[in-house]
Formats: sequence, structure tokens, C-alpha cells
Amino acid sequence: MKILKNLLKSPFFVIGMGLFLGTILLALFAPLFYHIDIHSRVGAAYMNPGGKYLLGTDHMGIDMFSLLLEGLRSSLYVGFMAGIIATVIGTSLGVYAGFKGGWVDDFITMVTNLFIVIPQFVILILVSASMKEGRSLSLIAFLIGLTGWTWSARAVRAQAASLKSRDHISLAKVNGVKTVGILLLHILPYLMSYVFMVFIMQTASGILSEASISMIGLGPFDTVSLGTILNQAMRSEALTDGAWWAFIPAMILVTIISFALYLINTSMEGVFNPRLRK
Amino acid sequence: MLKRYPTLYYISSRAVWYFITFLAAVTINFLLPRLGPANPVDIIMARSASGLDTKTAMEKEEAYLKGFGLVELNKDGSIVRDASGKPVQSPLIKQFFNYVKMCLKGDLGTSFLNYPKKVTEIIAGAIPWTLALQIPTIILGWIFGNILGALAAYKRGVFDGVIFPSALLANSVPFFAFGMLLVYIFALQFNLFPAIGGYAQDLMPAFSWEFLSSAAYYYVLPFFSIFLILAGGQATGMRSMCIYELGTDYIKYAKWLGMKEHKIVFYMFRNAMLPQLTGLALSIGTMVGGALITEMIFSYPGLGMSMLTAIQGNDYPLIQGITLLITVSVLIANFSVDILIGFLDPRVKAGIGSK
Repeated sequence: MKILKNLLKSPFFVIGMGLFLGTILLALFAPLFYHIDIHSRVGAAYMNPGGKYLLGTDHMGIDMFSLLLEGLRSSLYVGFMAGIIATVIGTSLGVYAGFKGGWVDDFITMVTNLFIVIPQFVILILVSASMKEGRSLSLIAFLIGLTGWTWSARAVRAQAASLKSRDHISLAKVNGVKTVGILLLHILPYLMSYVFMVFIMQTASGILSEASISMIGLGPFDTVSLGTILNQAMRSEALTDGAWWAFIPAMILVTIISFALYLINTSMEGVFNPRLRK
Repeated sequence: MLKRYPTLYYISSRAVWYFITFLAAVTINFLLPRLGPANPVDIIMARSASGLDTKTAMEKEEAYLKGFGLVELNKDGSIVRDASGKPVQSPLIKQFFNYVKMCLKGDLGTSFLNYPKKVTEIIAGAIPWTLALQIPTIILGWIFGNILGALAAYKRGVFDGVIFPSALLANSVPFFAFGMLLVYIFALQFNLFPAIGGYAQDLMPAFSWEFLSSAAYYYVLPFFSIFLILAGGQATGMRSMCIYELGTDYIKYAKWLGMKEHKIVFYMFRNAMLPQLTGLALSIGTMVGGALITEMIFSYPGLGMSMLTAIQGNDYPLIQGITLLITVSVLIANFSVDILIGFLDPRVKAGIGSK
């Protein structure tokens, strides 16, 4: 509670949380107020915004505002899915390695460092390129989560290792608590705020990764996302046609989401690390 | 024996580590494309068996199967086929060793789209552009971002109040989206810079004044679209690092001693720099990825563009060749940063090592 109070004092946190909750609410409740239709052609290609359709139409004559809302929903979904998967994998590996030490730690650290150095998007490209038909949004979220955990494992490991020699841990060991019990009951609770920050950053990078992979034409086939909107705009000459509504709103949404998440992360850093506050 | 030369020991142990990573990267590059249901090997095997293809398509597919050592060969070099005309696949492990052998020889197969051009030939034409764009951008962005971050941390007040949020905002814009925005505003609305390409179309690459100035003109927009975002990311990191350093005892002591301000800033900067250098090593992969997509936006004649054409045309050998090359370059970049750390970090010289 006290932490929340401190967080609410930080303007960064309030702005970030406000923006982020705003996008989530928009994604959740927009379908109740607006009829989303991303399949039917409602007019000519690149109709101007205003008039009947708030943001005009895309190159196929599909209502741009519908596409944008659906894209926002997909992107948030990918972000959360990838964020949860990456946070769970990264935290488990990191906590276990940091606590265990020895060769287990060495091995996990080596694998982690290996996948930090091999770029994530290279792996994403190789896998996505070999999956033509079955490339669904969930599969992409899953892939991003599965490949993005590395730096959080590294960060959590360092934190867990620094907790390892605390008295209460030694006491638990002496009392015969099993490793899993110590990790869950005596180490993780101390790292909760840290894990939450990791989750925030993983979600942000999940959304950006999806947008990047969709941008190069390896995005989902079953729906639209903010990335596929940008990709379509790029491929169908929205730039040269001056159809700014086909890409600028999607661009702003991606930016707002990641900016909001970065703001939340920075403000939390400030609260948990008093030295940064000043 | 090497223990007596800590820096050398450090560098050689890093070299061994990177070699292991390289082998892992080659393995990944070999295995991953085969996981999917639409993997190139199965598709081409099936197509090669159907016999419905045109003659040139057959030729390409056979070249692929042979080139990558995927199938058993007769003594005369033709592909062994079973009764139904299906090529006989080599065991996976044999295919893998064939692939490793190829990679070590520097052979990356033959492109489908530009048959019979070798993948290495295509890549060799694209590499100079990518290097020319990315190396200066990443290095300058890193330096500029760090200076900005240090200033924001040291001056605080209004300076920090403006720089920090804008750096954070810059860091949140996806590279490619910013590229599109710059193209839209500066190239298409105001006609100040060219929208796509690496040089004027009526020119041929040459070491002439005309060509170089045209290339420089085309360089501006891609450069800034990567540079600003990179600098933003570095500035936010450096700022927290410097604020942390400013709170340490040695800075307070230096202040009590009445040291000159620029000296204190120098000490702070030097100590905050090392973690930033490690941070650079960790994020080079992401930076290169973002920059490659930016190249696609600008149709810059580098690797990003080759990759895009390869993906759109299902040119698997080219995709695989480029991904391997990107990984190897990222490894080399990382290794260089590690060597730099080896010379700059006093802990390495003292033989304590840095992790």
C-alpha cells in the first residue's frame, strides 16, 4: 500500500498508468460502442477521414477505425501473452540459477548469454518464414515469449544471487525447507516488485517485436495487428498517396503503449531505488 | 601461463566463448527453418518429386538439394531417387555436418530468385551499405546518447525535465515507424530529401565526387531515423547510471575536496561508462534488427532490403544466409565491445574479471 502511495506521487507513474489503462479500456470496451468490421469494403480506397468513417478507409476500402481498434486489441493481446510467457520463463530460470549457484548457475547463465547474443529477431524470422499457413496471432505471441526471456533471466538471477546469503534463507535451509519452497516462499516475495517491472518491460518489447516482425511481412494471417496495418500501408503506397491516416494512427498507438510502459517502469525504478529519486 | 596476463586471458576466454556461440548459431540456423510445416526442405522435396515443374525450376531445386547436401548422391553426382521419383534424403545428422562444412567454407548456397547467383555474391553487394549505415549510426548514437544522459543527470532541473521525457519518448517509437514518419514529412510533404534508395538512380556506384555526394544526400534520413531513437535509449540508461554514481561516496569526497567541476564530471562519466558499454554489448542485436527494418523502409540497398525481397520471394537459401551473416556480425560486434571492456575495465587488468 505504501508503495502504491509513493508511486501515485510520481507524475511519470500517473501519466504512464493513465495512458496504459486508457488503451486497455479502449481495446476492451470499444466493441460495445462501435461496430468493428474489418472484412467488408465500405467505400473507395483511401477515403479521407471525417465524414461517415472517422479515420477514412484503407487501400481496400475497409473502415480504418475498425482496423485500428482490432489492431490495438491484437497488439495488446500479443504483448500480454508474450510478456507472461517470457516473465515466467525468465524469472524461474533466473531465480533458480541465482539461488542454486555452482554448475547449474554456470550452465543456465551460459545458455542465457548465448541467446542474448543471438538476435531474437533472427530466430523469429527463421521460424516464421517456415510457417506459412499456420501463423496465427497466438503462435506469434508464443514465439516472442519463448525467445524474449533472456535478459529478464539475467536480471532476476543477479537479484536472486544477492538474496541467497540472507539469514532467513539459511534458517529455512536449516529447517529442511525444499528448494522449491525456499524459492517460492522466501525469495520470490522479495522480488515481486522487480518481477512486475520485468513483466512491464517484457510486455513492451513483446508489442514492439510483434510490430517489427509483422512489418517485414511475417505477421499473423488470421487477424490484423498494429504491425500488419503498418505493413499494409507501406506495401500499398499509403506514403506516396499521402494517406497519413493509414499509418500515423497505428504508429501513435504503438508509441503510446510502449511509452506508457516505459514511464511505469522508470517511475517504479525511482521508487524502489531511492538513490534515483533525489 | 595465461593467468599472468589477465587481459590476454580474458580476451582468449571470450574468444572461446564466442566460438561456442557461433556453433550454436549455426545449429539454430540449420534446425529452426525445419520446424515449421511449410519448411523449405519438405516443400522442395515434394516439388522435385512431382515432376510438374518447369525445367529451370527443377534445376534450381536440384541445385538446392545438392548444394546444401540434403540428399544422397550417385557416383556421377546425380540425385538418388526412389521408385516414385522422390529424392532420397540424407540422415539429418549428415545434413547438419554438410551444412557446417559449407558455412565454414564460406559457401551459403545458391539463391532461388536470382538463380544461378550465389548467396554470398548477393550478400557481398549489400554488406557495404549496411555497414556504412549502421556502424556510424550505432556508435554516434551511443556516444551522443551517453553525453546527453550524463548532462541530464548532472544538471537536473529544467534540462533534465526536457531531455529525459523526450529521450524516453524517442526510445518508445519503433524504428520503422519513425522512419516512415520521416519519409512522409521530409521526403514526400516537403521534398527535402529522397524517400527511397541509397543513391540517385541514374548513377553507378563509383568513387566519384558525384556518386559520393549523392550517397551522402540519401544517407541523411535513414541515419536520423536510427540515430535519434538509439540516442534516446542510451540517454535514459546513462542518466540513471550517472545519478547513481553522483550519490556515491567518492563523488561526495571529491566535492568536499573542492575539485573542479569538470574533473568530477569526468570521474562520474568514466565510471558510469563501463556498465553502459556492457549494455551496448547486450543490445547490439536488437539495434541491428531495428536498423535492418529501417533499411527496408528506405529501400536502402543493404542487407535489410535483400532480406525483405528474400522473404517475399520465399528465397530460403538467401534468408538463411542473411540470418547467419547477421548473427555472425552481431557476434563480432559483441566481441569487439568485450575486447574494449577488457582494456578499459581495471577489474579485468587486476584479474578479478567482470561478469
